[in-house]
Amino acid sequence: MKNYLRGSIAAIALMASSAAVYSQETIVVVTSFPNSMTGPIEAAFEAANPAYDLEILNKKTSAGVKYIQELAGANTADIFWASAPDAFEVLKGDDLLAEANVRSEGIPDIIGSFPMNDPDGKYLGFAAAGYGIMWNERYLAANDLVPPREWADLKDPSYFGHVGMSAPSRSGTTHLTVETVLQGEGWDAGWAEWKWIAGNFLTVTERSFGVPDGVNTGNFGIGVVIDFFGFSSKASGFPVDFVYPSVTALVPANIALIQDAPNPDGAVAFIEYLLTPEGQEVLLDPAIMRLPINPATYANAPEGFPNPFEDSSIGAAVNFDVAKSGARYNLVNSMFDVMITYRLNDLRDAVRAVQLAEIKHADGSNAEAMALIAEARALIEENPIDEATSLDPAFAAIFTKRRKAETDEIEERQAEVEQRWDTMVVENYRRAQELAEQAVAL
Amino acid sequence: MKKTPSQPAKSKSLVDRLPSFLFPRLSGMALVAIMIAVLLTGLLIVPVLQVVYVAFLDPNSGALTLNNFRDFFGSSLFRESFWNSFYVSAMSVIFATMIALPLAYITTRFNFAGSVIIQSLGFIPLIMPPFVGAVAMQLIFGRNGTVNLLLRDNFGITLPFMDGLNGVILVQSIHYFPFILINLSTALRNIDRSMEEAAQNLGSSGMRLFRRIVFPLAAPGYIAGAVLVFIKVFDDLGTPLLLNVNNMLAPQAFLRITSIGISDPMGYVISFILVAFSIFSLWVSFLFMRGKDYSTVQKGGGGLAKRDLSTGEKWLAYGAVTLILIFVLSPHIGLLLLAFGTIWSFAPLPDGYTMQNFVTMWETSGTYIKNTVLYAGLAALADVIIGTAIAYIVLRTKLVGRKMLDYMSTASLAVPGVVLGIGYLRLFHGVNVPFSDQPMASWWVIIALALMIRRLPYAVRACMAALQQVSVSLEEAAENMGADKASSIRRIVIPLMTGGILAGFVTSFATAAVELSATIMLVSSNSDAPLSYGIYQFMQTPSGRGAGAALGIVAVVIVGLGTYASQLFIERDKKMKSTNQEH
Repeated sequence: MKNYLRGSIAAIALMASSAAVYSQETIVVVTSFPNSMTGPIEAAFEAANPAYDLEILNKKTSAGVKYIQELAGANTADIFWASAPDAFEVLKGDDLLAEANVRSEGIPDIIGSFPMNDPDGKYLGFAAAGYGIMWNERYLAANDLVPPREWADLKDPSYFGHVGMSAPSRSGTTHLTVETVLQGEGWDAGWAEWKWIAGNFLTVTERSFGVPDGVNTGNFGIGVVIDFFGFSSKASGFPVDFVYPSVTALVPANIALIQDAPNPDGAVAFIEYLLTPEGQEVLLDPAIMRLPINPATYANAPEGFPNPFEDSSIGAAVNFDVAKSGARYNLVNSMFDVMITYRLNDLRDAVRAVQLAEIKHADGSNAEAMALIAEARALIEENPIDEATSLDPAFAAIFTKRRKAETDEIEERQAEVEQRWDTMVVENYRRAQELAEQAVAL
Repeated sequence: MKKTPSQPAKSKSLVDRLPSFLFPRLSGMALVAIMIAVLLTGLLIVPVLQVVYVAFLDPNSGALTLNNFRDFFGSSLFRESFWNSFYVSAMSVIFATMIALPLAYITTRFNFAGSVIIQSLGFIPLIMPPFVGAVAMQLIFGRNGTVNLLLRDNFGITLPFMDGLNGVILVQSIHYFPFILINLSTALRNIDRSMEEAAQNLGSSGMRLFRRIVFPLAAPGYIAGAVLVFIKVFDDLGTPLLLNVNNMLAPQAFLRITSIGISDPMGYVISFILVAFSIFSLWVSFLFMRGKDYSTVQKGGGGLAKRDLSTGEKWLAYGAVTLILIFVLSPHIGLLLLAFGTIWSFAPLPDGYTMQNFVTMWETSGTYIKNTVLYAGLAALADVIIGTAIAYIVLRTKLVGRKMLDYMSTASLAVPGVVLGIGYLRLFHGVNVPFSDQPMASWWVIIALALMIRRLPYAVRACMAALQQVSVSLEEAAENMGADKASSIRRIVIPLMTGGILAGFVTSFATAAVELSATIMLVSSNSDAPLSYGIYQFMQTPSGRGAGAALGIVAVVIVGLGTYASQLFIERDKKMKSTNQEH
C-alpha cells in the first residue's frame, strides 16, 4: 500500500509539472520540414519574440495530415506548415483549417503563374519552390553522360537505368511535378512523356528525400527533385548540381492556422514573423535555400541564386490550374502507381526493347521494323482513361476518401478499377516488348 | 505479477470452506491470465480492430462486406506481393540460419576465447535503426557502393547484391539473424551434458551426434528464433520501403493507408491478412513442436561439454567467425564511416574525416537519448514480466483459452506500427490524462505502451523457449517438498529461466530503442521524442546525414553496452551453475 501511495504521489507530481509547462505560451507546429530548416527559423523567431516557445513536430506530409485529422476535436496543434498545397487542400476540405488574420507587407499576390495564397485565406504562401533535375557530377563523369536540361532529355536511351524519382502518391511535391507536366503537355502526351522517362528509372523512391539522397550517394545519377533539395545538397558540399527545365511550376510552400488551435494568437504571430523581411531572410540559410516570396529579400541572396521575380523564364510556361489538379488528385496518384511504380520492371523491359530497336533501325529504312516499333510505342503510351474521364467527378469519387453525402452512389470499387488498369497495362507492356524484340531481330 | 495472491495446493480445503462470493474459484494464475488478457485487449486488440474493421466496410455504402477480400485475391499485383513476401521471408530464414548457426555452435561448443564478445557483436545488427541500416548497406553493397566500385575498377564487374528482392533478403537476414543466434545459443547452453555423454557412450559422435542429439534438443530455441525471423520479415515495412521495393505485402498496406486522401480499404485488408498469416505461421510452428518433450530433467549440467580446439581448427574457427562478423557488421562499419566522414558520394570511402558530425549531433540530442532509455527500459521491463507470466500460463497450466494469450501477444508482431499508432490516436482521442488537462494521446507514456506491445512477442518467445527447457518435474519436486506455487516459481522456475528472460529483455529493449514506425505517429512534441525519431529527422536533410549517423552510433553503443553486460551476467550465471555441479 505504501508503495502505491508513493507511486501515485510521484505520478501526480509529474502530471502537475508537465501541466505547468503546457500553460506557457507554446506554439505547436506540425511540419514536414526538416530540422535543418525549422531550427534556424525557430531560433530567429524565438530571439525576436521571447514570449513564445515554438514546439516543432516533424512528420511526413501525409502523416501530418493524418495526425491532424485524427486529432480533430481535441486539437493540440496550432500550425500546419508544409510544401504541398494539395495537403492543405485536403485539410481545408475537411474543415480543419481556420482563417488567420495576418498583416504583412510587400508580398505579391502571385508567384510565377501560381496564386500566392488560398483564395479563401485558409492557408498562406511563405516561400516558393520549383521542380527540376538534379545530378551527381562524379556519377555522370564515370558513366560518360552529359547533364540533362529538359524533361524530354530524360527520355534519352543513354540515361537508361540512371534516373530516380519519387511517386506522386508518396510525395506531395512529386505530385505537383507530375501534374505540371500533364497540364503543360496535355493529358495523353504528358502521360506518354512520363512513361518514356520512367522507362529510364532505376527506382521509384518511397520518400521525396529518397531522390536527392540517392543522387548524393551516387546510387543513381539523375533525380527529379524540388529545387531546395538540389541547392541545399550542393551547399552541403556534395558534387551535385540542379537545373530548372522550361516546363516547371513555381509553387508556394504554405503555412496555415489549424481549426480550434489552442494558441491562435501565438500562431498568427509566428506566421507574421515568417513574412517579415527578417523572417524571409532566414530562408537563404545554406541548409534551407528556399526562394523567398518577398522580392526585396533577393538583394541579400548569394551569387547565382535564382530570382523568379526577375528571371521570368522560371515557372512561367505553365498556367497551373489548381482546381483541375485537385479534382483528379487521387486518381493521378493511382494511375502513376498502377502504370509506373508497381509495374516498373515490366515498363522498363518494354521501354528498353523499344530503345534498342530504335537504335538498331536508326536510319528508318526498314519499313517493317518501323511499323513494329510504332505499334510498340502506341501500346506503351496507351492510357486507360481519357482526360474527360479524369475530370468526371463521379469517376474521381471512386478514389476519394469520403463520400460528401450519404446519398452519393459510387459504381465501382477502387480495387476493381485498378485491377482492370493493371491487366491492360501489363498486357500492353508485354506485347510492346515482344513487338520491339521482333523489330530488333529484323 | 508475483504479488497476485496465489493458491497453495494444501489450502484448498480452507478455501472450499469459505463462502464462494468472497473467493470466486479462480486460482492466482487465472487472475494473472485475466489481467494480461484485459491489458492486451485494451492496448492491442481494440486499437487494431478500430483500424482493421475498415477492411470489412464497403467504401461506397459503409455497409459490412467481404467484397474487399474478393478484390484482394482478384488482383494480380496483390497475389504477386503475397508471393514476394513469402519468398523473401523464407530466403531470409535460410540466410539468417547460415549466419547464426556457426556463430552459435562455435561459441557454445568449444573453448573459444572471445565468446562473450562474439555473442554481443552478433547481437548488434538487431539494433540498427532500419533506415540507417539501409543507407549504410547501400553505401557498402549498393549498385555504386564500396564493394561494387572496387570490383568495377579492378575486375570490370559488379554484383547485384542490393537489386530488388536480393537487397531485401540481404538486409533482413543481416538485421534479424540475431533472433536465431540468441535463442539457439541459449538453447544449446541449456542442453544437459549428460544427454551428450550418454550418446557418446553409445558410440555417437561428430555430425551424427549433432544431428540426432544436439540439434533436436536445441530445436525449440531454433524454431522460436526462426519463426520470429519469418514473421518479422513477412511484416517488415522499413527495409523494403527504404530499398524502394513496393511489390510486397507490408509496403503495399503502408502505401495505401498513408497516402493523402486515399482511404482505399485494400490497405486495411492487407493488414488483416498480415495478422492472419502470422498467426497461421505460428500455429504451424506449434504443430511442428507438438508432442516433443525437449525439456531435460537434470538441471545444472551447464550445457554441452566444451571441447578444446587444435591449433589448426582454432585458426579455421577464428577465420570463419571473423569473416561472418565482418559481413554482418558491415552496416555498422558503413555507419561509422558515415558518422566520421565529410562527403561520401560515388566513392569507395568518404572524401575526408571530421568530428563535426558528433558536435552537431551532441548539441541537440540529449533529450532523445534520455527518452529512449526511459521508454525502451520501461517497455522491456514490462515485457519480460508479462512474457514470463504468459510463458508459464501457456506451458504449465491447464487454463481454458491459455493459448489465446500467446496468440494475442504474438499477433502484435503482425500489426504494422503505423496501424497501431493510428489505433492509439483513435483510442485515446479526447481522453485526458487523469488530474490534468493534457490529452492522453500526446502523453509520453502512450509511446512506452506502444513499444511494450510491439516488443512483447520477443520477450514471450524467449521466455517460452527458456521455460520449455525447464522440466516440469523440477517444479513438482519442489512442490512435493512443500513449496507452494508462488515460491516454486520464484525459487525454482525463474532462476532456471534467467538466461532466457534476460535474452528477452535485451531483445525487447534493443529493438524498442530503434523502433520508428509506431512512435512516428505518436510523438507529439520534440521534447518527448526518442532517439530513432531524432535520427529520422537528421536523415531527412543532405546536411544532416553525418549527424544522423553519429546519433545512430550513440544508439548502437548504448544498446551494445547493455547487451555486453547481460552476456557477462549470463556467462557468470552459467559458470556458477557448472561449478556447483562439480562439487
